[in-house]
This record gives sequence, C-alpha cells and structure tokens, in this order.
Amino acid sequence: MLAGIAPLFGATEFVRPAIDWHAAAPELTLLGFGALITMIDIGWLERARRIAAPLTSLALLVTLVPIITLALDGNDRSMFHGGFVVDDYSLIMKATFVLAGYVVVLMSTNYIAEGDYWENEYYGLLLSSILGMILMASARDLISIFVALELLSIPAYMLATWRKRDLKSNEAGLKYYLMGVFASAVMLYGMSLLYGASGSTLLVDINDAISVATTLDAVVVIGIIFVVVGFAFKVSAFPFHTWAPDTYEGSPTPVTAFISVASKAAGFVALLNLLFVGFLGRDDIFEPLMWALAAASMTAGNLMALRQTNIVRLLAYSGVAQAGYMLAPLAVAGTVPDKALTASVTYLVIYAAMNLGAFAVVIAVARKTRSAKISDYRGLFHYAPGLTVAMTIFLFSLAGIPPLGGWLAKFRVMEAVIEADTASGLVLGIFVAVNSVIALYYYARIGFGMWAEDAPDGDLTPVNVPLSLGVALTLTALITIAMGVVPGDVVGRFTEVSLLAGG
Amino acid sequence: METIADTNWLLTVVVFAPLVGALIMVLIPQEDEQSHKQVALFTSLVTLGLAAFLLIDFNYGDAENLQYFVDTQWIEVIGAGYTIGVDGMSLPLIALTALIMPLVFVYSWNHIPEPGNAKAFLILSLILETGMIGTFVAQDLVLFFVFFEVVLLPMFFMIAVWGGENRRYASLKFFLFTLFGSALMLLSFLALYFLTEADTFSMLVLTENAGEGITRGTQLLVFAGMFLGFGVKVPMFPFHTWLPDAHTEAPTQGSVILAAVLLKLGTYGFIRIAIPMLPEAAEAWAPWIGLLAVIGIIYGALGCLAQTDMKRLIAFSSVAHMGFVMLGIATLTDFGINAAIFGMVAHGLITGMLFFIAGSVKERYHTLEIKRLGGMLAQAPRLGWILGFVSMASLGLPGLAGFWGEFPAILAAYNPAAGVSEQTFRVYMVVAAVGTVLAAGYLLWLLQRTAMGEPSAEFADDPNITDVSTTEWIAWAPLLFGIVLFGVAPGLIFEVTDPAVTQSLDNCITTLTGCEVAEAAASSGSGGG
Repeated sequence: MLAGIAPLFGATEFVRPAIDWHAAAPELTLLGFGALITMIDIGWLERARRIAAPLTSLALLVTLVPIITLALDGNDRSMFHGGFVVDDYSLIMKATFVLAGYVVVLMSTNYIAEGDYWENEYYGLLLSSILGMILMASARDLISIFVALELLSIPAYMLATWRKRDLKSNEAGLKYYLMGVFASAVMLYGMSLLYGASGSTLLVDINDAISVATTLDAVVVIGIIFVVVGFAFKVSAFPFHTWAPDTYEGSPTPVTAFISVASKAAGFVALLNLLFVGFLGRDDIFEPLMWALAAASMTAGNLMALRQTNIVRLLAYSGVAQAGYMLAPLAVAGTVPDKALTASVTYLVIYAAMNLGAFAVVIAVARKTRSAKISDYRGLFHYAPGLTVAMTIFLFSLAGIPPLGGWLAKFRVMEAVIEADTASGLVLGIFVAVNSVIALYYYARIGFGMWAEDAPDGDLTPVNVPLSLGVALTLTALITIAMGVVPGDVVGRFTEVSLLAGG
Repeated sequence: METIADTNWLLTVVVFAPLVGALIMVLIPQEDEQSHKQVALFTSLVTLGLAAFLLIDFNYGDAENLQYFVDTQWIEVIGAGYTIGVDGMSLPLIALTALIMPLVFVYSWNHIPEPGNAKAFLILSLILETGMIGTFVAQDLVLFFVFFEVVLLPMFFMIAVWGGENRRYASLKFFLFTLFGSALMLLSFLALYFLTEADTFSMLVLTENAGEGITRGTQLLVFAGMFLGFGVKVPMFPFHTWLPDAHTEAPTQGSVILAAVLLKLGTYGFIRIAIPMLPEAAEAWAPWIGLLAVIGIIYGALGCLAQTDMKRLIAFSSVAHMGFVMLGIATLTDFGINAAIFGMVAHGLITGMLFFIAGSVKERYHTLEIKRLGGMLAQAPRLGWILGFVSMASLGLPGLAGFWGEFPAILAAYNPAAGVSEQTFRVYMVVAAVGTVLAAGYLLWLLQRTAMGEPSAEFADDPNITDVSTTEWIAWAPLLFGIVLFGVAPGLIFEVTDPAVTQSLDNCITTLTGCEVAEAAASSGSGGG
C-alpha cells in the first residue's frame, strides 16, 4: 500500500528533513516528562502519587527554559517546509500555555489529592494536552494542526470526567467528547475540501492557491466555513457554545479552568494560524463570518450570563462573551492584519491570567462552602478579605475596568476595529462598548454580594487556602494587575503577521 | 514648552502619594482603626502640602502653558505616554481635590459609616484621590481614560458597602451609567488617534491639531462619543438619573467626594479634550449642549422643589448647578469657560459642604425627611446658620463663591462664540436666569422648613441633637472660608484659568475663522473680578 501512495509525493526515496532540535526542544522536553510520569506510575504505582504534582510542575518550568532561550535567540525558525514555525508569536503562546498549565497544576494539587482521584494519570494527561497546545502554536500545516488539536482535546475529554462517581462529571465529559468529535469531523471535512482546492496541506500554499478566485470558489467558501465552525466549537463561540456550561459545571474545577483558558486559547491559536497564514487572501469570506460570530458571541454570552445562579456556569457564559471580544479583531483581519493579530493575542494572554485567577478563587471558596452558587459568595469579604480582593480584581478585570489587565485587552480590540476605518468595524466597536456595560452588570453584582451583603447563615469561619492554591492566586493576580499597569514589551513583541508564515 | 526641570517629579508624587498611603494601610491589620485614620489623614495632608507647594511654585505668568511637564513612554505598543502636566485650567481643580480629601478624612475620624471597617473605607478613598488628581494632570488620552476609570471601582464600593437602604440599585446604576459613557468615549479617543495624521494620544498634539483633516461628519460622531462619556459624568440631562440615587445612598464622605470632585471630571473633559480637540464639532453641538444644560437647570430646580428628602434635594441642585457650568462651556467663549471652571470649584466647595451638613443632620435626626425636620436654628443654632450660609452661597448670593459661577455663565450666554446662534443662546440666557430664581426658591424653602420654626415634637427633647462638633468644625472651616474668599476675590481663580482658557480657544481661531470675532467680543469682558 505504501508503494501505492509513494508516487503521490513525487519522491521515490525518503529524505529525512533537517531537524532543528533547539526549535523542537519545548515539545520534546514536555514529551519526555510526560513519558517519565507515565513510566513512574507503572513502576511505582501508589508510591508515585506523592511526586506526581511536583514532577509535573517541574516539567512545565523546565519546558519554559527552551522557550526562553528561543526567545532570547530571537531568530525565527522553520522546519518541514514551513509546517512547523517558531517565532515570537508562537513562543509567547507557548509560554502562555505552559504557564497556564503550571497554574492549573497548582490549582489541582490539593483538589485532586484530597478528592482521592487518580493522580499520575491526571498529570500525565494534562501534560500531553499541554504538549498538543504548544505544538499548535507552531503548526502551520493542516495535518499538524489536526494532530495537535486531537492531542490536546482527547486528554481533555478524559479529564472532564475525572470525578467519575459523579453523574454530572460523566455528563460533562460525554457532552464535551461528542461535541468535540462532531466539531472535529466538520473541520476535517472542511480541511479536505481546502486540500482538494489547493493541492497542499501547507497553509502558505493554501493561501497562494485560494487567494485567486477560481472555479473552485464554492469549495473554498465551504471549506473555510467548515474549518472555522470546527474551531468555533473549540473556542465556545455562539452558537457553538452549548457544550460549555454543562461541561464547565460538571468537570473538576481545575479541569474547567484548564478547558476554559488553555484549551480555548489553543483553539484561538489554531484559528489565528489558519486565518493569518492560510486564508488571509480570502478576507472577503472570513471577515463577515468572524464579524457575525464575534457580535453574536459577545451579545448572546453576556445576555445569558445575566441570569446565571451558578458561578461556574456564569463564567462559562462570560467565556462565550470573552470569545466574542477575541474574535472581534479577526473581523477586520484583512484590513489591519498586524493590529488584529496583536489584539487577539494580547487578549488571549490577559484573559488566561484573569480567568484562571477567577477559577482559583472558585476552587478556594468551594473548599469551604462546597458549592458554586453565586448566592454563597455573599459576605465573602467578612471572612475571606484576601480572596474577596482577588476575586474583585479578576472579575473587574474581565469587565475591563482600568487599571486591571482586562482594560488593555479590550482597548486593543477596540483599537483594531477602529483602525480598520470601516463602518462594520465601527459598529463592532460599539458592540464591544455596549457589551462591556452589560457584562459589568453581572460581574458587579457578584462584587456587590461579596462586599456588601451578609454571609448566608452568618457562618464566618475562614477559608483554608492551601499553599499551592495561594501561589496560583498570587501569580494570576499579579499578572492581571501588571498587564494593566506596566504591560511593557510582553504584548508588543510580535507585530508582524508576515512572521507567522515562516520560511 | 516651558518646563521647570528641577521639580518635574513633583506632579507624579502628588498623584501617587495617596496610593503609597493606601499600600501602607494594606499592611496594617484591620483592627487598628486609629492607625488607619492617622495614616489616611497624614497621607492626604502630605498630598495637600505638596499641592500647596505646587500652588506657590506654579509660574502664574505662564499659566497658559503646561508646567511640571513630564512626557515619557508608558505602553509603547499602543502609543500611550505617561504625559502629565498642569496649567491654569487644571490647577484650581487639583487644589480643590487635594483640599477636599483631608477634610473627608477629618470628618471620618469619628464618622466611619455603617458597617464600619475603616481600613477598606479609607483605602478606597485614597485610591479615589489618586484617580481624581491623575485625571486632572493627565495630558495623554489613554492615561486620562485610565485615571478617569480608576475612580469607578472605589466609588462603586463606597456606595455599595457603606451606602443606605437602596444601595444595591444605586451603586450598580452609577457604575453602569458611567461605564456606558466612558466605553463610547474610548471609541472616540481611538477614532481621534487614527483620524489625525499624528497617530498620537498626546493631548497637546491633538489640541494643536484641533480636528484638522477630519471631515465634519466624522467630527460630529467622534464628538458625540465624547459627549456621552463626559455628559454622563457631569451629569447632563437626560443622563443625570444616576446622580440622585447615588447621592442619596452614598455615605456622607462619598457624597462629598462625588459632588465636590467626581462630577468635575466630566466638565473638565469637555474643556480639556472635547472642545479644543474638535472645535468644529463643538460649534455644531453647542446649541444642543446649551439646550440640555438649560433643561438641566430648570429640571434640576423643579426636581428640587418636589423632593421630600434633603440629600436628594441637594443632589438635584447639583444637576441644576452643573447645568450652569455646561451652559458656560456651551457658549465656547473665554468668558463662559472661565465661568464654568469657577463654577466647578464653587460648586465643589458649596455642594460638598451641603452634603457634609446633610450627613450631620442625618446623624443627629436619623432622618433627612424634610417635613420631619424643623427648628434647627433653635436646637442647633450653629448648624442651622451654617446651613443658611451655604444655602445663600448655593443660590448665588453676590459676595459668595456661588455667584461667580452662575452669573458670568448667564452673561456669557448673551454673547456666544461666532458661529453659534446668538438668538438661541439669548433664549437660554433667559431660561437660565429663571433657573436662578427657582434656585432661590428651593433653597430658601428648604431653609425655612428645616432650620426655622419650632422643633417638631418628635425631636424637641432629643438629646442626640447637639450643635457642631470639633471635628465638624475642623472639616468644615476651610470650605466655609473658601466660599467667602472666592466670593470676595474671584480673581484668585479667574486670573489663573484665563490664560489657559484663552490659549485653548486661540487654537480654534486657526481652524475656525469665525471664532475670532467672538474672541474679541468676549475678551473685553473677561477676567472676572
């Protein structure tokens, strides 16, 4: 059979492509540690439990090292004919994924150990999911994008069901899985159409092929729409968000944080890669699509969030709205590509910090109240002032109130849509502005409850926040504030879309 | 650009000194309330001291140019600079803010509102101070926006936690209204950035540019966005509805800060940003701003007459007074804008004082319902007389500060800038003049019902009703003094603001030849006292 398809590649002899080991070092490091944790589990069984979390943390921190050396090196690297690219954009996303993963490990440490769940498998799966994400940041080829997507999704499906004696957790995982697989199928179909229209899986080649209108236009249009819709599921954009609230609510909360931040960011990264490298020539197709997705997501997400009584479901719907803000710059990506890219990425990075932080507070509070009801946050200030201040920072950052990080994120989005100087851009800007006000209502309502109302039942026993969770909270809070006050160079390194394409 | 190289750090210190105090207070345990009060008061006094030094050191001969000017990069990727400076327009407002805050802390010495927690309350107040002073010194649109918004969270929590019965509604309404305005304002700032060739947020450059190269239609739109942002904050009719609720529910200190300083952020925005940067649009919008301003004057006054709650009445009187300020601004003349700045300071002193009194009345009578009060002059004569005095100032009695805010604004409406319909503004002038009569009506009626007559049976023998206490005297004396001082010597403010106002309007001469005529006409009467 191999002999049968070999002529298709036009080569009879296999030539090993040059491998830049430095460029692949982050992925390889993570892969090595992931394998190590699995091996240790097989060998040591129960005894391995104690070292699982520290080892995973170590793995992530070590993975940061090659990412930093690559960033310091500053050269853009490209492998496999441009299918795997390391540039500033991919490095900052890799760093975000690794740090987000690290924070999730910190959040999981006590949660998973105290819940008497499987630990080594948990961390092993977490690492392999993160591996898929950092791979995604470099993927510039349909196949590698698909492989990365499955690598990051399949462990996440399993992690969602980790509370296996809980029906809700089972429901969460099953819904996530079915929806995810459905989305993959749609996307794969779209990819096959694009491959058919362009004859290549490399995004750069696809862009070249589809930029000029041909008789295959209908195929290209459907292909792009299907691929985008596939990722719209991943980033939980309206109307493809329906899995999110149930999955978020049922999953173990650290996993929810992981799905809502890292997994969503990975979906966005894939979308950015596709749009900016693969489809940029066809902004006439994707811009209206993105416009509609963005406007619908932010409006519907915010309106649905207004009526939530469960904080996790509220964060799920607010996540839909946030996805809308992040999609907004993509609606003008053809006009101001550089600005649109930086806006989306800035939003992703800041969103990661503030949303993870919010979930960290949810975990901390649930340690005492054993509930995620918004009404149980009343009076939090009276027995947990530190957590209240932290939650206030995260919620109002999500709402975009200066000087917290979220304002810069929203600012950049508005900047991009206004710079486009088109009527549709302006209208989208007004959408963002009005939605900020709607969103503020439900964030501020929680803020009001925490600060100004009395605790239910007058129970004022303090919340016991374990060290690792405390570190996670401090880290995310500091990043959230710093991004709003002194963002410095972090969000300014990559401003050129051309870099994305690689060599 | 005149800069005094050695003291340029001063302004930064003035802005962030309160924040440093707040950070220190974070480290002090909550139980130690006395330390918190001391640190907060000390911090605000240091800030006042620095502001006083600023007042002395300020080069009044050069009041039209920015002094203590600092211009460094802040967020390079979005082109936002840390650009601050102070000129004659902002100096009085900085001084007002720096003065009000220590008084608030003195008042807080034994008036921490329910449910207590001095630590959080005072920390929020200090953050507010940084936000307010920062807004007045910012010379970069992004920096301005950030400071403008920094005040939102502390004020929200101040109303939400320490407010009255209906605080949930009031605090959320305040927050949502203001954010709505400022979100659209931000869009306008961004549009301005991209539409001018300069690609900068620097207010200096944008003011010099004065909307050049932007089509008239776009200017009108951009101005409308700013109008919403600043107009909600002022608040102008019909965006004023958050104000009575916020004032009524806010604790005394919150009301004082809100009335004395926060509302000025909006009017200041008009003078500093909207008008100089988009003079052509300002001219087109002026009749509408003027219309809303006079509606505000009349509506606010009628609203006052209908109120049964003293605090709510004062809140509505704010709507009316800010209407005069906006009318002055809408004339687009040197004379009118000077009057507006004066009106802002005067309103800050007078209405701030009125809210202090309302707080003290509430503390003594446990109610602010006007018909239950009465005979204050008999029971607490000093308190009653102070109320009488401040009411007189508020209704614009010549010789007190309120007069110089209202009267020149009305006068300016007689002769608005060229290009703005004279007839329309003369009608506004007449309506505004009727407004002053109504103001006298509601304030005297308030005085009659609360201070005069016999104490009501309910409170006749209430031992709680004591006269003005020492902390109250300390907190109030500077305000009372200021009301008299600026009433007798209004030139103290007019002479500082006039050069800066003239220069900012001079810019529009280059863009709008029509302005020239009005300039000449208006400058003959400018300068005030």
